[in-house]
Amino acid sequence: MENRNNVKERELVVVGGGPAGMAAALSAYENGVRDILLIERDQYLGGILNQCIHPGFGLRYFRENLTGPEYADRFIKKISAVPSIEISLKSYAVNLTAGRYLAYIKPGKMEEVKAKAIIMATGCRERTREMVHIAGTRPAGIYPAGLAQKMINLEGWLPGREVVIVGSGDIGLIMARRFTLEGAKVKAVIEIQKTSRGLIRNVVQCLEDFGIPLYFSHKISRIHGRDRVEKVEVVEVDDSFNEKPQTRFEITCDTVLMSVGLIPENELIELAGVAIDKKTNTPVSAEVNKTSVPGIFVCGNSFKIYDLVDGVTYDSAKAGKMAAEYLKGLK
Amino acid sequence: MMRNWYDVAIIGGGITGASIARELSRYRLKIVLLEKEVELAFGVSKSNSGIIHPGTQNPPDSLKGKLCVRGNLLTRKIAGELGVDFKEVGELIVIFNEDERPRLLQIKNEAETLGVPGLKIVDRKWLDEHEPNLSREVIAALYAPTAGIISPYRMVYDLAENAVKNGVQIFLGHKVIGITKEAGNLRLNVAVSSGEEPRGRACRQAGSLAGSECTFRSRFVVNAAGLFADEVSALAGVNDFKIRPRKGEEFLLDKKKEHLTNHIIFPLPTKTSKGILVIKTSDGNPMIGPTAQEIDDKNDLSTSDDGLSKVIEGARKMIPTIDGNDIIAYFAGLRPVAGDDFIIRREEKVPGFINVAGIQSPGLTAAPAVALMAVELLKKSGLRLAKKWLFKKHRHPSVHLFADLFSKTRELIKKNPSYGEIVCRCEMVSAKEVRDAIRRGARTLDGIKFRTRAQAGRCHGGFCTIRIIKIMHEELGIPYTEITKRGNGSEVVRGVRE
Ligand SMILES: Cc1cc2nc3c(=O)[nH]c(=O)nc-3n(C[C@H](O)[C@H](O)[C@H](O)COP(=O)(O)OP(=O)(O)OC[C@H]3O[C@@H](n4cnc5c(N)ncnc54)[C@H](O)[C@@H]3O)c2cc1C
Ligand SMILES: Cc1cc2nc3c(=O)[nH]c(=O)nc-3n(C[C@H](O)[C@H](O)[C@H](O)COP(=O)(O)OP(=O)(O)OC[C@H]3O[C@@H](n4cnc5c(N)ncnc54)[C@H](O)[C@@H]3O)c2cc1C
Repeated sequence: MENRNNVKERELVVVGGGPAGMAAALSAYENGVRDILLIERDQYLGGILNQCIHPGFGLRYFRENLTGPEYADRFIKKISAVPSIEISLKSYAVNLTAGRYLAYIKPGKMEEVKAKAIIMATGCRERTREMVHIAGTRPAGIYPAGLAQKMINLEGWLPGREVVIVGSGDIGLIMARRFTLEGAKVKAVIEIQKTSRGLIRNVVQCLEDFGIPLYFSHKISRIHGRDRVEKVEVVEVDDSFNEKPQTRFEITCDTVLMSVGLIPENELIELAGVAIDKKTNTPVSAEVNKTSVPGIFVCGNSFKIYDLVDGVTYDSAKAGKMAAEYLKGLK
Repeated sequence: MMRNWYDVAIIGGGITGASIARELSRYRLKIVLLEKEVELAFGVSKSNSGIIHPGTQNPPDSLKGKLCVRGNLLTRKIAGELGVDFKEVGELIVIFNEDERPRLLQIKNEAETLGVPGLKIVDRKWLDEHEPNLSREVIAALYAPTAGIISPYRMVYDLAENAVKNGVQIFLGHKVIGITKEAGNLRLNVAVSSGEEPRGRACRQAGSLAGSECTFRSRFVVNAAGLFADEVSALAGVNDFKIRPRKGEEFLLDKKKEHLTNHIIFPLPTKTSKGILVIKTSDGNPMIGPTAQEIDDKNDLSTSDDGLSKVIEGARKMIPTIDGNDIIAYFAGLRPVAGDDFIIRREEKVPGFINVAGIQSPGLTAAPAVALMAVELLKKSGLRLAKKWLFKKHRHPSVHLFADLFSKTRELIKKNPSYGEIVCRCEMVSAKEVRDAIRRGARTLDGIKFRTRAQAGRCHGGFCTIRIIKIMHEELGIPYTEITKRGNGSEVVRGVRE
């Protein structure tokens, strides 16, 4: 299986064209790699940044306050100017082996390449209602917060009018403000922990400034509604997250947004036999960007979840450099 | 011929109604199937365990037992004809101590009386070899090799599509609200809830507008209304049975755990259910469940914390490595229970009216045998059955990229580029498959999910929902705000920026 004819060999393949993949590819180039293929399943580069139209990006890296798309754009311009980096859009990586054979699908074609080194920068997915086991019905109106963000910011669709948000991470907080600005009513943010997981500036600017109530040590215990969400049951929890039944109350709403954390997307390297920590879904690793399989590197949100994109860019540049050094070592 | 006049009208588009429709479509008859939901299989037939039972765990003199054994055989044949994936995986009913052995032997005897083939008691050594993840506490098991798995909704869709190809008319969004005797036939009053124009091959609308009522006349009426069969029967004046829903909560695990078990694993059955099982599904995800709880509300499909902990506890007893963190989806289904057995009979009081009611478990398995029995009853009631010259028993199978080898995927993409346009990343579903599903009758996000698996993976549609909505908008020509999860009232987009 591992020695196939007709498979094109490439020095370095980078999977994922978000900020991590772009920084890694650019840095590999700067460190001497001259044959780089970057594949991205979307029709444009930029990854999750494209839907983050709020400011707050690049404060460290550029010392400027940019929006997500502006931040991405600086790298897209730079990377498009480098002829040694081939960019393949609408290309979806579907299989990876320990021998670094990578298969990807694009309209009209299924391709396979053998990479001497590979950098995975596939980002993350959102945790769902199912993963936190909320009981009740399964009507329309329950969305991962990032999906709702994409609907509003990129498609111009309003997913709901009366919203309860589960989880006070940054995405949830930012979406509370977004829905309010679009004229919807955000009735509450429910957080099971005692403090917010989000940045303080987001708690202030996204909730307090709009008078949106934030309930700490509370959880949604049940979702009601047959066709569309009708209401949720909320209950306070004690220090060991047990429900205090007498505190139960209801909020009517047509929408529940789930902002309960992100999971690194690492299913492909798992196929290749890379050791994965089952709890965090990240590569088992002693050093940033490294994995248990030589020549396979991981960076950005698929290596670990970063709060700020600046950190992604700095660390992913290191991945590019590591891959360049690894390739030099082969010669 | 008169409009809206039929030889046979079937009420209900679940596995039972669809099986009867397809069986009848072999004959020269004018047949209609009426379904109240916007799509077929949105009743009990979408939420079950998907097991084609061998026939074990049924009283040897029961109708459901006999029909189950026969249905298991017939399902293989039909699945083959329609191109539905049927896998014979076998089942193990496990015991934990010697006290349980007599009951296990009794189950074996009863099943043998019913004609279940290939049964044997297997010991610890056999289990170590064939089912390595099984709890060390298990001492022996009854092995039934003929147990299989199937996608229950795909079976319904494909049966219906084939029935339509053979002349059956299907009307969705058509709820029967009245049944009256007339000279020589029965009149059905129907409330129409979906005003969609006729479109697509598989199913057609009557062309009547939403909110209106219309009338169908038929010499024979088959009531296959699942949970509501008692209410439909009462419309015809037969109200000597009641359907009591028995809820079952089920929890699906990540596909990564596909090889958790090699067989379907059962404990000893209880009086009302087969117990909490570890199930293999035709889509690859293992499933654990179902619970069994009598409830009153036929619309209550909620799951509970209690159900979750019961199921995890029950499943772990047999397969200790099961981890709650692997759960990616859950649902509840309601078994339409009317006493202990199926009720399949002619109603002397209402000539031409056949009840196919109380189709609890193993109704999915029994369906083709139930259909044969219903046809037999129709014949006894005077329906003339003349075989058609041409019955098209085969169906052009749907393509599922996720089920194929890469070599085949490569060919498909070469032939049709839009197989290379991946929409759902978790289950690897292409834009082409989503379009095909719509062309074959999908009208809702759930309908697309059941047919293609897009949105059914670990990210739960976080990635693909927008793309699917856009494809639906293009294919069906309806505005974004009218796209629903499963019919009226379940709209997903509540406003569009001008
Ligand atoms: C709502 C939200 C708000 C945020 N706010 C801020 C903020 O205010 N300030 C800040 O600094 N940071 C913020 N962040 C964080 C920052 O956006 C992320 O840390 C950063 O985008 C992660 O970059 P990445 O390249 O690792 O992942 P991504 O941007 O997710 O990129 C991954 C790329 O890989 C592609 N891909 C995945 N799998 C495959 C495959 N199999 N084949 C081909 N391509 C594939 C994806 O399409 C995607 O383009 C926010 C994030 C979110 C979600
Ligand atoms: C949790 C669970 C697990 C199960 N597991 C298995 C299993 O593994 N194997 C097995 O063999 N069986 C299993 N079963 C049983 C099986 O699912 C059912 O027996 C079978 O689906 C019943 O199909 P049906 O067509 O009779 O009913 P349904 O699928 O409910 O179809 C009836 C249809 O009639 C329609 N209808 C109702 N009233 C009207 C009206 N007035 N007008 C028009 N249409 C109407 C409904 O909308 C519905 O679509 C399980 C059941 C449950 C609940």
